[in-house]
Amino acid sequence: MGMPTIVVDVMPKAELLDPQGKAVSGAFARLGVEGFSQVRIGKRFELTVDGEVTDELLAEARRVAEDVLSDSVIEDVVGVEVAQ
Amino acid sequence: MTARIGVFTFPGSLVARAAQRAVRIAGAEPVALWHGSHDLEGVDALVLPGGFSYGDYLRSGAIAALSPIMAEVKDAAAKGMPILGICNGFQMLVEAHLLPGGLIRNDHQHFVRRDQKLTVENATTAWTSEFTQGQEIVIPLKNGEGGYIAADDTLDRLEGEGLVAFRYAGVNPNGSLRDIAGLTNEGGNVVGLMPHPEHATEPGFGPDTADAMRSGVDGLGFFTSAIAAVAAVAA
Repeated sequence: MGMPTIVVDVMPKAELLDPQGKAVSGAFARLGVEGFSQVRIGKRFELTVDGEVTDELLAEARRVAEDVLSDSVIEDVVGVEVAQ
Repeated sequence: MTARIGVFTFPGSLVARAAQRAVRIAGAEPVALWHGSHDLEGVDALVLPGGFSYGDYLRSGAIAALSPIMAEVKDAAAKGMPILGICNGFQMLVEAHLLPGGLIRNDHQHFVRRDQKLTVENATTAWTSEFTQGQEIVIPLKNGEGGYIAADDTLDRLEGEGLVAFRYAGVNPNGSLRDIAGLTNEGGNVVGLMPHPEHATEPGFGPDTADAMRSGVDGLGFFTSAIAAVAAVAA
């Protein structure tokens, strides 16, 4: 049994151009990959917890997700979850 | 009294030495400052130079904005000290919430390096008073993540309150919204921009002009403005 992990997912805001995703879309087109109209690329952070995941710790994870791990001008925190 | 202008070095800063040189050419004394310290060494003004910082992991300038010295930088900004953020330094000021908005990858996804024409939109700040309102200047630009973005209501507020300091003229090189190249805060003491004024301060090493190759020194005005602002406070 490993240490519990809190996973934070951050995505570029939907209305913003995502140049990385656009570049991958371009590669798909060159490779003949079909059926995907869009690719968007975000970030996944894994916060390893030393012990038990408490409500306080989860609240702290939500705080750093908003304040440090993402920039609310350009990104949204789309998930702060305890990995099973 | 010679103004003492602090120039930071962060891990990855490329052009701190060029900024120090520009400060000296403009007539002030450059003071090298280190990101890991909590000491501004009594300087009169600050320059956050360009390049990169902490690998620009997370987001450009994001980790630098959390470095020890930024607490003192925020204090100094609140007290009215002239602070200039150039390129990565601009990204740090934005990440530190000293200026609003964000900077994202250029819309065309390529690094761009060009001698860029700018319009001075606010000639009343600590870093622009030696220019005239609406003056066109040419300053080298070199970045991969210089696309300025903010919410529409923020952009309206910035324009309405005269907080857009510089706009790109002729060409918008990176997709910045409303052609915004640089901003000032409400106090006019904190200014940030993507182009590099320190690279247009010495004849022979600046952008080409109609008169001669590499003779452009439009960047000097930033530093002489700050020296004037420091002298005005001291007087």
